[in-house]
Amino acid sequence: MRMNGGEVTRDVEPRVLLVHYIRDVLGLTGTHWGCDTSNCGTCVVLMDGEPVKSCTVLAAMAAGHDIRTVEGLANGATLDPVQQGFMEEHGLQCGFCTPGMMLTARALLDRNPDPDDAEIRQAISGQICRCTGYATIVRSVKWAAKNPLGTDSGTGAAEPGDTPATEDVKA
Amino acid sequence: MTTVSEHAPNPAAGDPSRPIGFGRIQRKEDPRFVRGRGNYVDDIVLPGMLHGAILRAPVAHARLLSIDASEALAHPKVVAVITGKDLEALNLAWAPTLSADVQAVLVTDKVRFQGQEVAFVVAEDRYAARDALELINVDYEFLPPVIDARKALDDGAPVIRDDLPGRTDNHIFDWEAGDAAETDAIFASADVVVAQELVYPRVHPAPMETCGAVADYDTVDGRLTLYETTQAPHAHRTLYAMVAGIPEHKIRVVSPDIGGGFGNKVGIYPGYILAVVGSIVTGKPVKWVEDRSENLMSTSFARDYIMQGEIAATKEGRILALRTNVLADHGAFNATAQPTKNPAGFFHIFTGSYDLAAAHCKVTGVYTNKAPGGVAYACSFRVTEAVYLVERMVDILARKLEMDPAELRLKNFIKPEQFPYANKTGWVYDSGNYEPAMRLSMEMAGYDELRREQKEKRERGELMGIGISFFTETVGAGPRKHFDIVGLGMADGAELRIHPTGKAVVRISVQSQGQGHETTFAQIVAEELGIPPEDIDVVHGDTDQTPFGLGTYGSRSTPVSGGAVAMVSRKVRDKARFIAAAMLETRAEDLEWEKGRWFVKGDPSAGKTISEIALGAHGTLTLPDGVDGNLDAEVTYDPPNLTFPFGAYICVVDIDPGTGHVKVRRFIAVDDCGTRINPMIIEGQVHGGLTDGVGMALMEMISFDEDGNCLSGSFMDYLIPTAMEVPDWETGFTVTPSPHHPIGAKGIGESATVGSPPAVVNAIVDALAPYGVTHMDMPCTPARVWEAMQGRTRPPV
Ligand code: FES
Ligand code: FES
Repeated sequence: MRMNGGEVTRDVEPRVLLVHYIRDVLGLTGTHWGCDTSNCGTCVVLMDGEPVKSCTVLAAMAAGHDIRTVEGLANGATLDPVQQGFMEEHGLQCGFCTPGMMLTARALLDRNPDPDDAEIRQAISGQICRCTGYATIVRSVKWAAKNPLGTDSGTGAAEPGDTPATEDVKA
Repeated sequence: MTTVSEHAPNPAAGDPSRPIGFGRIQRKEDPRFVRGRGNYVDDIVLPGMLHGAILRAPVAHARLLSIDASEALAHPKVVAVITGKDLEALNLAWAPTLSADVQAVLVTDKVRFQGQEVAFVVAEDRYAARDALELINVDYEFLPPVIDARKALDDGAPVIRDDLPGRTDNHIFDWEAGDAAETDAIFASADVVVAQELVYPRVHPAPMETCGAVADYDTVDGRLTLYETTQAPHAHRTLYAMVAGIPEHKIRVVSPDIGGGFGNKVGIYPGYILAVVGSIVTGKPVKWVEDRSENLMSTSFARDYIMQGEIAATKEGRILALRTNVLADHGAFNATAQPTKNPAGFFHIFTGSYDLAAAHCKVTGVYTNKAPGGVAYACSFRVTEAVYLVERMVDILARKLEMDPAELRLKNFIKPEQFPYANKTGWVYDSGNYEPAMRLSMEMAGYDELRREQKEKRERGELMGIGISFFTETVGAGPRKHFDIVGLGMADGAELRIHPTGKAVVRISVQSQGQGHETTFAQIVAEELGIPPEDIDVVHGDTDQTPFGLGTYGSRSTPVSGGAVAMVSRKVRDKARFIAAAMLETRAEDLEWEKGRWFVKGDPSAGKTISEIALGAHGTLTLPDGVDGNLDAEVTYDPPNLTFPFGAYICVVDIDPGTGHVKVRRFIAVDDCGTRINPMIIEGQVHGGLTDGVGMALMEMISFDEDGNCLSGSFMDYLIPTAMEVPDWETGFTVTPSPHHPIGAKGIGESATVGSPPAVVNAIVDALAPYGVTHMDMPCTPARVWEAMQGRTRPPV
């Protein structure tokens, strides 16, 4: 599969969930899980640009597809406007649901650059946040919609080597 | 509609766009979280790490006859299977709870709730550990369970805790506060008395991250490193030393990033201890992370109070007295985390925001065959139940007196000049000014306009309700002479170092689960010393790196640890004065402080900044006698009193008469948490709490069938609000600083969870007035609302 723009290939047991593959096999721990029974949306990643709950996808089913996780949101040192928006508008507290929320927001903005409150709420309605009460998440997405290029200083204190994961491994 | 901006700059902030100190700044922790660089327990991978899984009991009450783990042990990837017998040999089968009881780590004699821990498998990977659970054969002899707390004390009820010597019933404690005789006398002669049974159902904190641990025991030097989802790392370290007999200096508890806590991560769960035992037995690091069902079925719940409330008043609406009898369901083990002298926590704040002549409460705790706990869920030690009781009773009284519920409240508030106010159950409220908060919420809501709209709608047969709640919280335990957890006084430490270049690191004993401690505490130091928050690192969550303290729960971080951080900053500031004096060749008393520097009185140009003083402290300057060559300090802060935040909430609901579906149309929340450090973070805390409150009022409940099967073991059955069920919150604030807190801050974490459920229920009952409904218990699901409309209200099961 393509993972955040790079090809990855691994042999896995047929039953391995995509979320476990991403976290345990590839070591990309930015994708979290909160139930692994498809009820909470914590594990959302983008598959071919569409949000999916990665606990409902078998790793093997994702073969040949394009997967994007939170590690693939920033462009090097520059954060995606969605990431900036979440910081500007306090769209996160514990940060656990945040990667999934931001990826859903990215997918929404890609198909609807100027969503209203109801459209944003609808888009994230399959994902639970226990901390924020959602209003600040809605504001965060609107911030990103209003600032499609982000801000110049939007690096969020980037760390060196913070680039999307790309690797080329053959099992 | 008037809106009150949460973003108004705090006058203390100076340049509001970039405050050095209090004011709205972005959170320092966010850059790592938005990049997926948080470090949660399940993200931790150690070399050679094994994985644990717990076999849990399928029934609520049964005698354990035998366990056969031979098939599991034969699994090629299984390294060990641990049972209660193995733990008995190590003297670890039972562990003390935080409430002077014991809890089984693994079942040795009897299963006491469904989901209880029976055996622990350690395997090479997480899938294998789960597979092996199915290979363990257990024989049980089923016993009749006690599920309904109301029957727990019946004659002949099965005795759940026959492990405790001499136990012949399921009674845990009786506890009371206030003066019963005085209260009864007032009730006997009052014009109006109303009574109502109120059930606060069992709910669950359900943070998005479940509980888990990675235990790493070094068999050579006997050192245990335990990465854990804990809100109280220091208290856990001490308890592990007591339980496991590992010397405390050999234990390091690390609480990394925590994916939400809400009280769920206060207690010590068997899984944590089993990870430790697994690591000791195998000599390898062992990770255990529970799944969602395990979290909902076995970790600490909240509430589960059945309250008989009574309120007495004059016919003019002067409230005279309150009394209540409470039956508290504590589950199979008393594993609640209340201060030792307070088995029902701070429930006796149930007199609320009103000036009463008398009050009395009695709480009886019982065992049932349900999951143990009662720790929390943003409850400030049972203030949630207390506020729900008084705010429902006041509304029921308003209905009886045919008075507007806002007017009734305004008439009975404690007046500003009465503070500090001693209530009738032993609290001294530090400060309050209730009427302005109430009036602001009414203005923001457009209260009179809403009542007009409601009247019109009622004439058209539409169901609209307006609910008010005015709460007073008691948080920040807290004076250690009064409050302790298992003998540990509820104080917190802070340690501050200013490096030679003027950058700072502050080490604290409390642990963020999303509250933004790395920002808030940096802002307190910034406010006190004038160092920009970005130059201050906050270290927390690692017992090897931080001073001792009791941790984060009961909204105590800002009231207690915030006090510690302010005091340690002031200690540094005082020391800096002597060093500055030496540098300026003058006397310390001739110096004056302005944010960030000491200068010579009358000559502001002659001064030294904190950064210059730090370099001076570490330089070659001859220091005054008794001043060490550093700019560091430490304190342990023991608060003189608790703090009493308050707020006025108004909820507007519309109910579909055909389905009973409740829509929360608007929610107005005015909070007063004293001095406001970061308004953005405060607003976030309020929003989250309001969502919890709406969840409890409308949908959340851990329920059981009569055999004790937990019916709420997944997010399919235990519903949590999504973005679709909650409105865009309208928040406002007033500021009444705490007179005794170093910076006047009171705490905000739980205010909204405490204050919002009665506002929602009051709104629903108000909407249903045309149907003659005077009360209904939570959760107000469509089915239950519809039943109430048909005249069939019943307690939830
Ligand atoms: S972990 Fe995938 S939906 Fe909860
Ligand atoms: S920020 Fe904690 S669950 Fe959303």
